[in-house]
Amino acid sequence: MIDTLRLTAEEARRMLDDNEVSPRELRAAYREAIDAHDGELHCYLTLVDEDENDGVPIALKDVISTEGVETTAGSKILEGYVPVFDSTVAARCKAAGLQLLGKTNLDEFAMGSSTENSGYGPSKNPWDPTRVPGGSGGGSAAAVSAGLAPWALGSDTGGSIKQPSSLCGNVGLRPTYGTVSRYGIVALASSLDQVGPVTKTVRDNALLYGIISGRDECDSTTVDVPPVQLPDARDLKGLRIGVPKELNEAEGIEPGVAESVRRAIDLCTELGADVDECELPRSVEYGLACYYLIMPAEASSNLARYDGVRYALRKEADGYYEMVSRTRDAGFGDEPKRRIMLGTYALSAGYYEAYYGQAQKVRTIIFREFDAAFERFDVLVSPTSPTVAFRLGEKTENPLAMYVSDVLTIPPNMAGLPGLSIPCGLSEGLPVGLQLIGPQFSENTLFRAGHALEQAIGFDTVPERLR
Amino acid sequence: MAIKRDDVLHVAALARLELTEDEITRLETQLNDILEAVGKVSELDLADVPPTSHPLAVVNVFRADEPRPSLPLEDVFANAPERDGDYFRVPPTGETEA
Repeated sequence: MIDTLRLTAEEARRMLDDNEVSPRELRAAYREAIDAHDGELHCYLTLVDEDENDGVPIALKDVISTEGVETTAGSKILEGYVPVFDSTVAARCKAAGLQLLGKTNLDEFAMGSSTENSGYGPSKNPWDPTRVPGGSGGGSAAAVSAGLAPWALGSDTGGSIKQPSSLCGNVGLRPTYGTVSRYGIVALASSLDQVGPVTKTVRDNALLYGIISGRDECDSTTVDVPPVQLPDARDLKGLRIGVPKELNEAEGIEPGVAESVRRAIDLCTELGADVDECELPRSVEYGLACYYLIMPAEASSNLARYDGVRYALRKEADGYYEMVSRTRDAGFGDEPKRRIMLGTYALSAGYYEAYYGQAQKVRTIIFREFDAAFERFDVLVSPTSPTVAFRLGEKTENPLAMYVSDVLTIPPNMAGLPGLSIPCGLSEGLPVGLQLIGPQFSENTLFRAGHALEQAIGFDTVPERLR
Repeated sequence: MAIKRDDVLHVAALARLELTEDEITRLETQLNDILEAVGKVSELDLADVPPTSHPLAVVNVFRADEPRPSLPLEDVFANAPERDGDYFRVPPTGETEA
């Protein structure tokens, strides 16, 4: 009997290697769990029935192009779109023998923090199905948390891996910009988008990051990546950990979240790290505003390709421009339209300098502040999300309230920094995530710190109601 | 109010979105709220700060300029809404732009 709720990918791989379970049995166990729980949780948009690979199963967020398997990005405009090629990350998963279980739900075009913007209905949080799993990658996070996949891939622009991992009690890595290929990934904001692993443990995360990372000639923004080291140390000796005041005291951080993170920070000291406070005076105060200019600007450009000409939805009309405009209005949901409008406005004549140009300068300030902090520290820590999982419907009427969900994950993302979210406790019976931020290409340090903390914290990743 | 109804219509035309009357009204309010919030970036005096457009200091990635096979045409048209021989077929473009 395979307990998918507790089985790590590392252990699954060992069982396969030792012939304790066959690839078919392993896949069947996840399929059974999916059949039992996905009706309630709606983690998956598409299920894959057969896969010739014989390794550990995996779920992929539905922005990741998979040859022959529908890829919708959660949007009605891509309903029925079946890629004719694999994204590089999907190809690397295949080459590593991973079996594809299916494609997971997300906010449309990865725009959102709850999956409620999905064109196909929201996913639910396995800890409490009246609450959101976070977003945009809520389907991947909920699937891993509920044992409907041993691990999964997400994509993170403003926090779409880290925040749902936090809300579902998973380990989520947003890798350094340029470490993982975006070839074949449905683009949101190209100076920010990164693909990364969602897992139950830090070691699983390092294993999956090792599979997907590295230079890809199909994505000229990728670079050579240092070899991944599987963490096993249980201490933090010699590590300098900074606690940025603004990231830990931001308005809107729930007391239960702050307390849980405070305990994890105390634990850092007990494990031998040198812990001290530091400041990011403008990164947090201006980060969200900077992000909500740069991201929509890039999104409005990236989403221009959905024009009803080459693939996917078309609404018929007598003239070409009418057809394009009608197709886009019918196919896009409210959030993509909002961001396309915002981005088009911010880039339009007369406003470019005041909005987009100024935001790019703020981005420089954010880089400089993090650079200064990393002269003193190896790792910075903060809550991942200011809140635990919120209720379905709570923020859908107020876009700005939803945007604030990413206030703590956005600043490091703007600087292309890697961030690892690990569960550090419960507040109101719901998981709290600790965000570990490092300099560019410091994934191994984050894995080391995350693993040591994970062992010391001993968080049970299985939702209480499913134990 | 930074954005008026006419601005919404102008931007929608630039973005090729045929918005419904409902959407126009809603977006006018929402875009003003969001712009007020993001307008915060103008508080900072950044005249001497250079802009950042890309997180990595990577420039000019070259590869050998060698011909490689492209996608087969059948694949290229696999998801096309309308095909005419080896072309994507669209409605007439002769009309004036919106």
